[in-house]
Amino acid sequence: MQKKNWTFRITGFRLLLILFVITAVVVSLYRFIFGLGSVTNLNDQWPWGLWIGFDLLCGIALAGGGFSTALIVHVLHKEKYLPIARAALLTSLIGYIIALVSLFLDIGRWYNFWRPFFYWGYHSVLFEVFWCISLYTIVQIMEFGDIFFERVRFPSLKKILHATIPFWLIIGIVLPTLHQSSLGSLFVICANRLNPLWWSMIIPFFFVWSAFFLGPAMVTIEGTLAARAYRRTPELPVFSDLTRVTMWMMIVYLIVKVIDLNYRGVFSQAFNGSFESNMFLIEMIVFVLLPIVMYALPGIRNKLWGVFTASVLVVAGVVFNRMNVVFTGMAKSAGGHYFPSDWEILVTIGMWSALILIYCFVVENFPIIPKEDLVSHESSIAPGQSVQT
Amino acid sequence: MTRNMGALVDITKCIGCESCVVACRLYNGLEPDPKDGDRPAQGGNIELAPNKWTVIQSHRIKKDGKQIRRFVKQQCFHCLEPACASACFAKALQKTPEGPVVYNEKLCVGCRYCMIACPFGILRFEWDKPFPRVLKCQMCLGRLTDGQMPACAGVCPTGAITFGERDKIVEEAKKRLASNPGLYTGQIYGLEEAGGTSWLYISDVPFEQLGFKTDVPKKPIPEYTWQVLRWTPHIFVGWGALLTGMYLYTKRRAVVHEEEGMYAPVDDDEK
Repeated sequence: MQKKNWTFRITGFRLLLILFVITAVVVSLYRFIFGLGSVTNLNDQWPWGLWIGFDLLCGIALAGGGFSTALIVHVLHKEKYLPIARAALLTSLIGYIIALVSLFLDIGRWYNFWRPFFYWGYHSVLFEVFWCISLYTIVQIMEFGDIFFERVRFPSLKKILHATIPFWLIIGIVLPTLHQSSLGSLFVICANRLNPLWWSMIIPFFFVWSAFFLGPAMVTIEGTLAARAYRRTPELPVFSDLTRVTMWMMIVYLIVKVIDLNYRGVFSQAFNGSFESNMFLIEMIVFVLLPIVMYALPGIRNKLWGVFTASVLVVAGVVFNRMNVVFTGMAKSAGGHYFPSDWEILVTIGMWSALILIYCFVVENFPIIPKEDLVSHESSIAPGQSVQT
Repeated sequence: MTRNMGALVDITKCIGCESCVVACRLYNGLEPDPKDGDRPAQGGNIELAPNKWTVIQSHRIKKDGKQIRRFVKQQCFHCLEPACASACFAKALQKTPEGPVVYNEKLCVGCRYCMIACPFGILRFEWDKPFPRVLKCQMCLGRLTDGQMPACAGVCPTGAITFGERDKIVEEAKKRLASNPGLYTGQIYGLEEAGGTSWLYISDVPFEQLGFKTDVPKKPIPEYTWQVLRWTPHIFVGWGALLTGMYLYTKRRAVVHEEEGMYAPVDDDEK
């Protein structure tokens, strides 16, 4: 790779995104000076809102593409999926950084953020979440360092990093497995607060399982969008092939869900016509059952529009699920009222705009996406065959 | 030395005078809201707030065809095994041996997971402050260690609040229920709720009509979490070992790719 200067082309769309980011920064500064109540609609009945419910819970879940791809490609050595591996890692890393920034914005006494590292509140799920997310972000930076030093030449450091990569890979799957499930375990404590359609002792399983099967769908979406943005051919065969992973995992998810509801004797609550039951049915039918069917049909999954639409449903479904856990399922016991303020929404928009901007910058300056001439015949490479360049 | 203290609120004896509310505010130095004016009493349906650690809520209920009024003193229940303290990852909330569940603002991160965790919805957050605290009744820990009773219990003119060691308080509650079964409902709220609380209530009106949460599990809430959380080390080691095994096994079969050179920065200038 020849040396070249850092590039970042400014387009109208990117200017708009930058504007969103600046707005979010200004609102955040205001929040730090005047308190959470000055910009958010959070209240004593609804202590967690958009930033925790969406930016943190969904952000981390959507970053699940990082660990599921790492498991499939690097641990199981299914190397036909290599073309998407680095992009998945990148999205995951940025997703985690954004989640951490959101968390920092949301905590009231932020200068105390380091306390949990030294006060061993190990009986708290949040303790595990906090440790795992912090460590995993560092691990991802290490993994990314391997790529970083391909661009920024620093042979000695790269050598050390490269030799230890298997370690980072394994730990980089164990940690997210733990905290993706822990994000669910957070709600185990809400035994009398969260609606029984979502509350379960195995909610950690549902969280980690869905974060994992969401991975391939997320990779499909960002791969398709990136291909369109950069006018390249989308890696359709990889996408179609990966749907098997998601489809089978979703079938297991659905079966376990039904068994769990029956075991706790609340299955009939799904059909009692309440707001919660309707939201639950939408979640299960539109966002679980429908994508399973779409993935099962070759006529749909082998077409770009088909695999893309089904993947959007899968991703939207996981977001829908998290929203149901944080908001729909808690509404009755919490009482009161919460809807995010304009300021909260602006900060969230700014966060996700930053994600897109950073993604574009990194992809345009670091070796993340396969070289163009490889893409066309990538699908014809059998697993295990070496790529000659 | 005082040990695991508790309090019994007899709802049949409370007249809603709000002396306890005033005593709480004075002892704990809680500033009243400017909009409340100088009125010491709030007149009924006031919610707990960062500066209101105890409140009286009035309920109009139909009993035996008659309209009656009952007053419920609200404050932290001080669970024997508090969910809030188990949820705190910085140990800012702790159960003391004397009974109170107390908050240490120096350690608090302000994550509000305690508020999510509390089965009674008691904790309040200072939303308007740049460095907000989570506030609630501290059961006057300072007075307890001096051998005194909490400020609110000390001023109650009708004897609606009985204070003492929790075991004795439970006995007292049972005695009252037994001595007048026609009056009381026969239930002691807080005896088993969330595994038991330091503040107990008896009443002549069913608790669900007085705004009490009746769906609180009988099991200590922290046990739910611990049932899940205790698997963490096993998953860490087991899953890590399994992954390492799979990594080594499949690595032998796969020809290792030379990854470098496969990828390149996207050339965005061509467009």
